[in-house]
Amino acid sequence: MSSLISVNNLTRRYGDFCAVNNISFELAAGDILGFLGPNGAGKSSTMQMLTGNLAPTFGEITINGVDLLEHPKAAKKSLGYLPEVPPLYKEMTVYEYLLYCARLHAISKQQLNKVCDSAIERCGLGDVRQRLIRNLSKGFQQRVGIAQAILHSPPVIILDEPTVGLDPIQILEIRKLIKTLGESHGIILCTHILPEVQAVCSRVQIINCGELVYSADIADLLNQQSNRYELALSSTISQDDIAKHDVINSVETLDNSRLLIDSNLTAEKLIEYIVQQQWGLTHFNQHQPSLEQTFIALTTGDKSINKDLEVTQS
Amino acid sequence: MIFTIAKKEFRSLFLSPLAWVILAVIQIILAWSFFTSIDVFFNIQSELSTMPNAPGVTDLIISPLYEVASVVLLMITPLLTMRLISEERRNATMSLLLSAPVSISEIVIGKYLGLLFFICTILLLIILMPLSLSMGTELDYAKLFSGALGLLLIIAAFSAAGIYMSSLTENPMIAAISTFGLLLLLWMINVNSTSAGDNTLSYLSLHTHFTAMLRGILNTRDIAYFLLFIIGFVTLTIRQLETQRLQS
Repeated sequence: MSSLISVNNLTRRYGDFCAVNNISFELAAGDILGFLGPNGAGKSSTMQMLTGNLAPTFGEITINGVDLLEHPKAAKKSLGYLPEVPPLYKEMTVYEYLLYCARLHAISKQQLNKVCDSAIERCGLGDVRQRLIRNLSKGFQQRVGIAQAILHSPPVIILDEPTVGLDPIQILEIRKLIKTLGESHGIILCTHILPEVQAVCSRVQIINCGELVYSADIADLLNQQSNRYELALSSTISQDDIAKHDVINSVETLDNSRLLIDSNLTAEKLIEYIVQQQWGLTHFNQHQPSLEQTFIALTTGDKSINKDLEVTQS
Repeated sequence: MIFTIAKKEFRSLFLSPLAWVILAVIQIILAWSFFTSIDVFFNIQSELSTMPNAPGVTDLIISPLYEVASVVLLMITPLLTMRLISEERRNATMSLLLSAPVSISEIVIGKYLGLLFFICTILLLIILMPLSLSMGTELDYAKLFSGALGLLLIIAAFSAAGIYMSSLTENPMIAAISTFGLLLLLWMINVNSTSAGDNTLSYLSLHTHFTAMLRGILNTRDIAYFLLFIIGFVTLTIRQLETQRLQS
């Protein structure tokens, strides 16, 4: 099956400053792609280019098989976009606004009401449909923005920080909604909230200083095993003594006075070894890499953290 | 698609008090001007009847009314056009239009048409006043409608300049002031030109082309001037938005 979005060598310069540098990636149907990056990394620029709000300096964007730059109108039909600031006409009521958006997306007259009703229901806007958008709380405005993006059930949905300003229950609801949508649509989710990506996305990409530095399936990321272990020992053996043992590559003391050990042994063998040495093992934990670690390592360029790339508290 | 945007523009004008206030203000000022012209006409009626080739009701009441209307609208149109595009950018709603399957030309033309509908509403209310005279006297309908066409064209030209200024800035106030400045300059650009050598300046002036139509002269030269003016500024607006997409 062909991919929904395919981006080739996308580059965007502002004068001498290169905001997005030679990015290529693809999005398949049923994928929820988490797009991460620190502020100013080029996330929003990339999203704006994908949605035709910004012209790329060069590169190719194909949406649902249609070239965005050559046939913008046809390509944009397959697109739903929620920008960072939801594009709301505050003097309209929720229903009026959605009707207008539906008309903009060339929904036929017979379908108009049906489409709007279903978007209102999906985003839980039933109680406020006749209220002015101006008078809604931030969370509800955000939901109207999401409703606008999924209104015409486009194959590709691009959401830029969709859960900003929502309360925890709403966040869970919206995540559930995104997951449901992800079954039939391709979704790009731009966010700062790393657990959100871990909870919702099937793939993750990290962009830093305009370049794509990381791309992986979430499942692979979480299944990755590391050879780092966190221990608590009841005996008073010193860190240096432990380091003398051949099977242990390095030892560090953590803040909570537990030890972080790097060893080539498997977890099972290592436990056996420690028990033989009678160090009084009271706690043993194998570290799993987390998105947060990966993110920090890739975006700060800090060598000391880089070493910990595959390490985390689980 | 153009009409979807035009309809929304037209309706959203009436969602704020602005449109109502503008309609009311225009109507009050013009009604007063209309009323005083009638008063003057009654006072000099007896003298007129003795003159050969005397000017009629249309010349003495309707043309001055249109003249006043054009000046009032010169001041009010910038207020109508200022938020057309600048506000979309300020409220970040432009991305809704840009990511919808709509071209930039459709967005600009749609917005411009929406405004033209509103202008037609204003015009209709203005024309009703002189038309009411038809109950008591003979009117020169040809002159009345040539004047109305002139008024329509000149306000359409004001609006085209206004929408362009609105696309240049995010601040509606700046858009309004620069539109007003530009229009006023074009209005009075030939104010001191008396000699024949100033033909170029007087050709540039909005006012020259308008007064010809008020006298009932429908010249293709004048109509072409207004149409070129409108097409020119609408095209500039479209180009401006295209450029912003490249630069922003």
